[in-house]
Amino acid sequence: MGQQIVNGLFLGSIYALFALGYTLVFGVLDILNLAHQAVFMLCAYAALLVVVHLHLPIYLAFPASVLAGGLLGILIDRIAFRPLRGRSDSNISGLISSIALATILEAVGLQLFGPDVERFPLGTVPDRSLRIGDAIVSELQVVIIGIALAMLAVLTFLLQRTRLGRQIRAVAESPLAARILGVNVDRVIAASFFISSALGSASGVLFGLAFNNVAPDMGRAVELKGLAVIILGGMGSMPGAAIAGFALGLLEVFTVAKLGSSYRDAIAFGVLFLVLVLRPRGLLGQAALREA
Amino acid sequence: MRFTPGRLAALAALLLAAPITQAQTVVKIGAAFSLTGNAAAYGAQQKAGVLLAVDEINKSGKLPGITLEAVVEDDGTNPQQGIQVFDRFINRDKVSAILGPTLSTLAEAADPRAQEQKTPVVAVSNTKPNAITTIGDYIWRVSLTEAQVIPSAIEIARGKLGFKTAGLLYGNDDAFTKAGYDVMKATLEKQGVQILGTQTFSTKDRDFNAQLTALKNLKPDILFVSALVEQAGSIAVQARQLGYTGPIMGGNGFNSTKFIQLGGPAAEGVLVGTAWNRVSPDPVNLAFIKAMQARGTDPDQFCAQAYTGVLVIAEAIKLAGNKGGRDDIKAGFAKVKDLPTPLGKFSFLPSRDGNHAAAVQVVKGGKFEIMQ
Repeated sequence: MGQQIVNGLFLGSIYALFALGYTLVFGVLDILNLAHQAVFMLCAYAALLVVVHLHLPIYLAFPASVLAGGLLGILIDRIAFRPLRGRSDSNISGLISSIALATILEAVGLQLFGPDVERFPLGTVPDRSLRIGDAIVSELQVVIIGIALAMLAVLTFLLQRTRLGRQIRAVAESPLAARILGVNVDRVIAASFFISSALGSASGVLFGLAFNNVAPDMGRAVELKGLAVIILGGMGSMPGAAIAGFALGLLEVFTVAKLGSSYRDAIAFGVLFLVLVLRPRGLLGQAALREA
Repeated sequence: MRFTPGRLAALAALLLAAPITQAQTVVKIGAAFSLTGNAAAYGAQQKAGVLLAVDEINKSGKLPGITLEAVVEDDGTNPQQGIQVFDRFINRDKVSAILGPTLSTLAEAADPRAQEQKTPVVAVSNTKPNAITTIGDYIWRVSLTEAQVIPSAIEIARGKLGFKTAGLLYGNDDAFTKAGYDVMKATLEKQGVQILGTQTFSTKDRDFNAQLTALKNLKPDILFVSALVEQAGSIAVQARQLGYTGPIMGGNGFNSTKFIQLGGPAAEGVLVGTAWNRVSPDPVNLAFIKAMQARGTDPDQFCAQAYTGVLVIAEAIKLAGNKGGRDDIKAGFAKVKDLPTPLGKFSFLPSRDGNHAAAVQVVKGGKFEIMQ
């Protein structure tokens, strides 16, 4: 029982990390960037290459790859979204062009790294674990859960308390109004993409470390779950995404343990459906005021 | 016609020459192996095994009047290329029998060509159960299928470890891992091992903590896992991280050095069935290993199976009355019984699949070793 709670929290923190970055652009700015999962994958490989070929420790490879992920995010915005901005259907056309970019990036990954699963070399992270009651928690799991909670705090602070956060919310409200008020809309969106993709990169590296598994299709494993978590938590709500991430992780783990893995996705998406019927705006979603 | 001395001399010369030409009969054996592409690691070993066996048989005088000749071609780990190579063997090189191709998927594409043209095929590495030999009566198989290796491996392991209860974990959306699980379950039930719990996962999963925790809590004596190699490594790592210390036995998906690479220290002690008992003290096996090493190849299971494939063809030629035609060899296969090979005493089953003893490997110091 204790162990399964740990398993669920750990899996949930992976979902939460992925969803937090995702929702900054999707939930707040209403831009669905389907290339997010490609960033997740490519940056896991980037960290792997730094560790394997440059022989640098993971605590240097991790920030390097997070930075690379952020820059890749700016590139994605420039290539897939910015040229289309200002069109009446820019959200849908951007969504489609981001699918194209995701496909291209995935093909690049496949070409560069091959279809085989790779893993970080042994000893990349210390193999220590601690016991809590009858549950065993590895140091890496503690770090990942901690990073997820820290990111939640930082992002919430960023959105609510900083100048950039206010600008992001202003752009979300109305790009036109924000522009009139002197906000550089393109720069704010680029900054959001940078932060979002940096977070996507962080979760990719941690995912690769946690499951000893880096492969060109790894992003697909979390992409749909990430979207579900955002919607379940309520669009644009950072605490909502985190709570939904942990809830989904626990739900999946207990479904697998009690009913078998065949029911896992059926139960997870069934609950998602039920929540949306009962609370159309998600767990912590706020009623939209901007139509008023 | 009158018998002039000249004509008589010519006739005599013809009669005398006949046995001499017969002594030079060359029987060609085509070998289609993956020398490039994904399965290239297997192909190199197979080629070495075939060449050694052909040389040894030609030197031994086992087939008087017949010289075997191996024609080795690359199937490119590609079904299209496999078919082309088969066509060349059958129509241009006029081989008497074909060894290969390396992978089951290629065999399913190419073997029907040989069946149509009545050319016998010996599969030396295809392990897909209830397939390959079902293509037709010219298709024979030396390699043991999953369905054959797992039961004997479980029996040997049970003899050593004496487990009474088991937990099962398998991928339920993949034909190969599901088939492996079916064999494991049937064997365990037959041998009276109590299955405490069964958990499943899907081929895209990376997180097995929930399943492994549930199985660990049942406290089974041993954990059986049927998974592809990418997941096999993660499963071993996560099981050990969760503090499961009992034995783990894998299906054929574990039978790869990639598993050891992905699993690292967690792979240590994991058991896997294998068709070739490398440390068998059988003199045929010892001589095979020594001869291979003298040629600079450290043989693996694929090498031993390919070598055995040639021995089986030679035996079939002998049993067919020292005749190397396509149908002679096919008829000879049916008579092969208890042939001494590096794999053990070899016979064919009525299904044309090979039959010999299996063994159990255990990972030790980052390498597969035979469990003694």
